[in-house]
Amino acid sequence: MNDHKNNKEPIIEVTDLETYYGQRKILDGMNFSVNRGEIRVVMGGSGSGKSTLLWYILGLYEPDGGQIKVLGQDINKIDFNDHLKLKQNIGVAFQSGALFSSMTVGDNVAFPLREFTDLDENTIRIITRMKLEVVNLGGFHKLMPSQLSGGMIKRAALARAIVMDPKLLIFDEPSAGLDPVVASEIDDLILSLRETTGVSVVVVTHELESAFKIADRITVLDKGKNLLTASVEEVKQSKNKRIMDLLQRRSRHDKLDPEDYLRRLTQENYTLS
Amino acid sequence: MKINLTDKIESLGQTVVQYLERLGFAMRLFWDSFYWLIVGRKYKQRLRFAQVVKHIKSDGVDALPIVLALALVVGMMLAIQLIYALQAFGAQSQVLLAIAKSVTREFSPLITGIIVAGRSGAAIAARIGSQVVSQEIDALKVIGVVPVRYLVLPPLLALIISMPMLIIGADIVAIFGGALFSVGKLDMSITAYMVESFEVLVVGDILQGLIKSVVFGVIIVLVGATTGFYVTGGAEGVGKATTTAVVVSISFIVLADMIASYFLTQ
Repeated sequence: MNDHKNNKEPIIEVTDLETYYGQRKILDGMNFSVNRGEIRVVMGGSGSGKSTLLWYILGLYEPDGGQIKVLGQDINKIDFNDHLKLKQNIGVAFQSGALFSSMTVGDNVAFPLREFTDLDENTIRIITRMKLEVVNLGGFHKLMPSQLSGGMIKRAALARAIVMDPKLLIFDEPSAGLDPVVASEIDDLILSLRETTGVSVVVVTHELESAFKIADRITVLDKGKNLLTASVEEVKQSKNKRIMDLLQRRSRHDKLDPEDYLRRLTQENYTLS
Repeated sequence: MKINLTDKIESLGQTVVQYLERLGFAMRLFWDSFYWLIVGRKYKQRLRFAQVVKHIKSDGVDALPIVLALALVVGMMLAIQLIYALQAFGAQSQVLLAIAKSVTREFSPLITGIIVAGRSGAAIAARIGSQVVSQEIDALKVIGVVPVRYLVLPPLLALIISMPMLIIGADIVAIFGGALFSVGKLDMSITAYMVESFEVLVVGDILQGLIKSVVFGVIIVLVGATTGFYVTGGAEGVGKATTTAVVVSISFIVLADMIASYFLTQ
């Protein structure tokens, strides 16, 4: 069992991050930090800058202002080789899975090992099978991504993300598009991985249930700024209007009465806008 | 309807800028490919030769039957036209020279370029485009793989290697096609026709076709990859990119052929 709750060593430090898309400011002086061993959930409405923050933490784009430190390194100042080593310590599971469609599940998981290690094929095969077992996909290594269900794709993507034993795992909407049972399984996997390996986890999600289940702390973004970073209970009890809107909007949808919805749809002059 | 001239000019300007941006992107792909070929090992971005071999098979070897079939038809077609045209001057015997020169310098590289653009250019655009849409390119980046090294360099090298080989095959078969129609008219054996055809050719004739084929191969890969990387809008965008890749690469091939013909015949 790791001591993530007492660990204050930051693994991600984002300071005054500013980014633009054309003339539009996406992240506006964003400050964000994640401690080692922590599971941090990032939430916010559409266009709040959640995914953008991830892409900048991953170093896919250069910021217009501010600083991003991951594992103690300023990702915009390190050279190519150091950035490569850093990337091998970060596992990413995309919303769509982003499995390579021309490769089998096993080859997808083995891909980082083949690219960046000198391990022999036999060892790579053993590690790959082990990681697939971890995500409950043992025996599925020969299948193509197109033969997997949505939940299996997410789990295979997770196996690929953890194959290099990273210190930081990043998930973009891990439960999106999954039924509640499968989504809960993914949440359990994330919790189990943190407990067994002590990996730090950043999860961007819209799913409140999932967020409340796995998060040590939740960061709520709004208009490119960090509106609040707090524990699950503190977020639930927040009196901030935007946070209340975010939480209540979801719960209103959850309680939507199908008959009432149909009635409103068929009313005259009713528009979907 | 009132035409706003300023809007038209602005729209034209934006289109020109977009095309220039893509041209710059294609140049960058070319430069980056060779940069990673040279320094890749130092940065753990090694070229996988197995990937190049795979592309030589899919883009070169697999294109051979259709290239040879069309080369045979083009050779016969040239023989039919040239014998008809030269008959008027009593210069029928010159058909052998005309076919050999025009096939090696012009028709083989052009026909092969067009076929490969249709097969491989479209495939490259579709492959990269669908990888953009499904975030596979982002996955490559976050894993630490430089997409150009992994997706562009292998087909680029494969076409630089396989295009000249396709051209040599097309040259021989097109001349043979010409022989099939001409021998009766010229009262020669096929063997004698073939031997004499290769005797009239000089190194420059063959070389001109080979140089063009390499240029066409580079154009096909760069246009395919550029249109693929610029895909937006899901499956429909991939479909559009595929069509665009074929049309643009054939246009550039014809243009490059004219420019190369001019400079290589000076």
